[in-house]
Amino acid sequence: MSIELGHFALILAFAIALVSAIGGLLLWRRGERLALVLGHASILQFVLVAVAFLAVVQAFVASDFSLALAANHSHSLKPLIFKISGVWGNHEGSMLLWVLILVLFGALVATFGRRLPSDLTNLVLGTQSLLVAAFAGFTLLTSNPFERLSPAPLEGADLNPVLQDIGLAIHPPLLYAGYVGFSICFSFAIAALVSGRIDQAWARWVRPWTMLSWTFLTLGIAMGSYWAYYELGWGGWWFWDPVENSSFMPWLAGTALLHSALVMEKRNALKIWTIFLSIITFSLSLLGTFLVRSGILTSVHTFASDPTRGLVILTILAVLIGGAFLLFAIRSPSLRQGGLFAPISREGALILNNLFLATAVGAVLVGTLYPLLLDALTGTTISVGAPFFNFTFGALMAPLLLVLPFGPLLAWKRADLVAAGQRLMGFAALSVFLAILISALGGTSISMVPIGLLLGFWVSFGAIAEVIERSRLGRIPLGESLRRLRGLPRSIWSTALGHFGMGLTVLGIVTVSAWETELVTTLNPGETAELSGYLVAFDSFEQQPGANYVADTGVFTVTDPGGETATLLAERRTYVASGMPTTEAAIQTYGLSQLYLQLGEPLENTHVIRVWHKPYILLIWIGALVMAGAGALSLTDRRLRVGIPQRARKATAEAAQ
Amino acid sequence: MTMPANTRRKGMTRKQKRLAVIAGLALVLVLATALVLTALRDQIVFFYAPSDVVARNVTPGQPIRLGGLVKDGSWSRDGQENTFIITDGGHEIVAHYVGILPDLFREGQGVVAEGSLGPEGRFEANNVLAKHDENYVPKEVVEALKAQGEWRPEATGQ
Repeated sequence: MSIELGHFALILAFAIALVSAIGGLLLWRRGERLALVLGHASILQFVLVAVAFLAVVQAFVASDFSLALAANHSHSLKPLIFKISGVWGNHEGSMLLWVLILVLFGALVATFGRRLPSDLTNLVLGTQSLLVAAFAGFTLLTSNPFERLSPAPLEGADLNPVLQDIGLAIHPPLLYAGYVGFSICFSFAIAALVSGRIDQAWARWVRPWTMLSWTFLTLGIAMGSYWAYYELGWGGWWFWDPVENSSFMPWLAGTALLHSALVMEKRNALKIWTIFLSIITFSLSLLGTFLVRSGILTSVHTFASDPTRGLVILTILAVLIGGAFLLFAIRSPSLRQGGLFAPISREGALILNNLFLATAVGAVLVGTLYPLLLDALTGTTISVGAPFFNFTFGALMAPLLLVLPFGPLLAWKRADLVAAGQRLMGFAALSVFLAILISALGGTSISMVPIGLLLGFWVSFGAIAEVIERSRLGRIPLGESLRRLRGLPRSIWSTALGHFGMGLTVLGIVTVSAWETELVTTLNPGETAELSGYLVAFDSFEQQPGANYVADTGVFTVTDPGGETATLLAERRTYVASGMPTTEAAIQTYGLSQLYLQLGEPLENTHVIRVWHKPYILLIWIGALVMAGAGALSLTDRRLRVGIPQRARKATAEAAQ
Repeated sequence: MTMPANTRRKGMTRKQKRLAVIAGLALVLVLATALVLTALRDQIVFFYAPSDVVARNVTPGQPIRLGGLVKDGSWSRDGQENTFIITDGGHEIVAHYVGILPDLFREGQGVVAEGSLGPEGRFEANNVLAKHDENYVPKEVVEALKAQGEWRPEATGQ
């Protein structure tokens, strides 16, 4: 019964969204009253989709296998958390989650955007409803999660074992919140193009939404990377796989948007470019969600796809993205550019940032789509692998990281590069010293390593430069400096923190790539092996039953160079329902480094093990967490709270009369 | 963009400033395009089925992806050394891989191996891919098998 209720709720949400879209986009001049109606409609859409979503969750939790989706992807033996996360561990359910987050953002705009001018509200909510209608319609017509089975099977077919992990509970919701959040920027861009209202206030409204989505996307990508690292058992954390690339491109574009919206907000410049980036970022999000889903690109990360849906998806994408760019082409020439500046200035630095980020998006896009194009045009099958991406992406990021520390130290409009350089001199010297020292100590055969280290330290230290500069540390009494630090605007702190996180990630990537060690060997219980000073002893091999699997467990004792011992359990699980095997690698953390141990399939009582030592690998994800923290910090900044500047302005205007 | 613009601030008109910015942008874009094109020429890896390898006379040492089915009964293991035969029905190539094969590596199933041909014609794989889905056969392998008339969907469990 609840299933049909959920189905009906989704249909109703689709209908309301369709009406809202038509109303909002055609009658946007009607003012406050329409805005009120659209606001209520947006909240109603959210409530209805939430009902639909909960209906499916309920069926999964109660193991109601008359629901085809639950029968295909769930199992009564599964732990509760995996029953719930199993809802979005498949195409239909993940579409429903996607739509749920889409309507959630619409409802958020309706709730927090009451101070927006009504024509902007109407257009934004109208566009948002159009997206809801398109994707709710797609879900209902081609990937309906509410289909019933009769007779209902007694037991479900179980979820893919690789997905039975806490990662599935966290990663997709975060990633989708990031992807879908950019729909708000897209809707604002459309609203700006239609209404012609594009000014500093517009940028002030858009920036918090960009920041929020970017923060989620950063967390989502980092989480996905760590999940793939520990679950797939290949020891890698980034494969330049099409799925990874398509989540990375919106992140790059979103990062660019974050910076260009800053220029627009502060200096009323780069308007057309910012609008363009808003459209691009969401288009890349759509591409990220659906290109892989359409079955056109193959990937190691996605669930099996049904190619018949591909055409529908591509049509929706073409209409939405094509329509947005058509509108952009028609309307953008009428937008006025403002705010002149010298090439060397904060604006100039941010343009450079955007240039490199946008070019990097282009390079990744080419690498991802080129095999597809070549296959379609000539029939030759090729793959563009990690070497291509490492080469082009690295070459584009190096200059960006090199100039990054200068950016925050340059003044708006016209800046003094020499003065900024002088302030950074000490940090530059320190970075060079550390890079040389570590390269010498670590002994390196790759010539790029010192450069990478240098960039990592340079960005990390440079990020703190502005904070130190503002606190006048060392030049005035310490207490006074600390007081100044506390008084710094949160935007300064979040810039410093965000850039510092970037530096940490770079350092992690460089150290792991340069000094990772690996050992593949035959090892039987009672024998030991050694890797990078770590002694790995194979104690025993046993079979144990788990909740819904049987595990072959290898018990290892690892002695680190300091003499401490730790017990590691590496497993090979065979899942009861599907008979599918998975590898559960054992990972032991030493400070920021990790030892990663994988057990091979046993053959006549011989075992193959594979051990990696990954120095400072945790820096990669810690850096991403710091970046996300910087995003969250920035969201708490007074300056970004929508409405406050307006209220203040209104108050002064009243006082003046 | 490191031109001394600020030292001659009077000497630069609006137009010149804009021109300087645009010239800088254009330069970076040209360099980036050159970079991408060079990388595409040098870094791409071709996918071949065993028949393609024979027909195209692939030179030893050239990195390729070799895809097909793991021939039944061909997989032998000695410690961490694996030897198996990749076939597309038309031709067969012996592949050699040191390490732990993916969980879903099975005889009779699809496989894609990355590596290059050794001097004696044996394929030295440095990476073996299998998707984490028991029914999965890489798309390239399906097409290669279809080309050889060897594609039997029921045989792969789909």
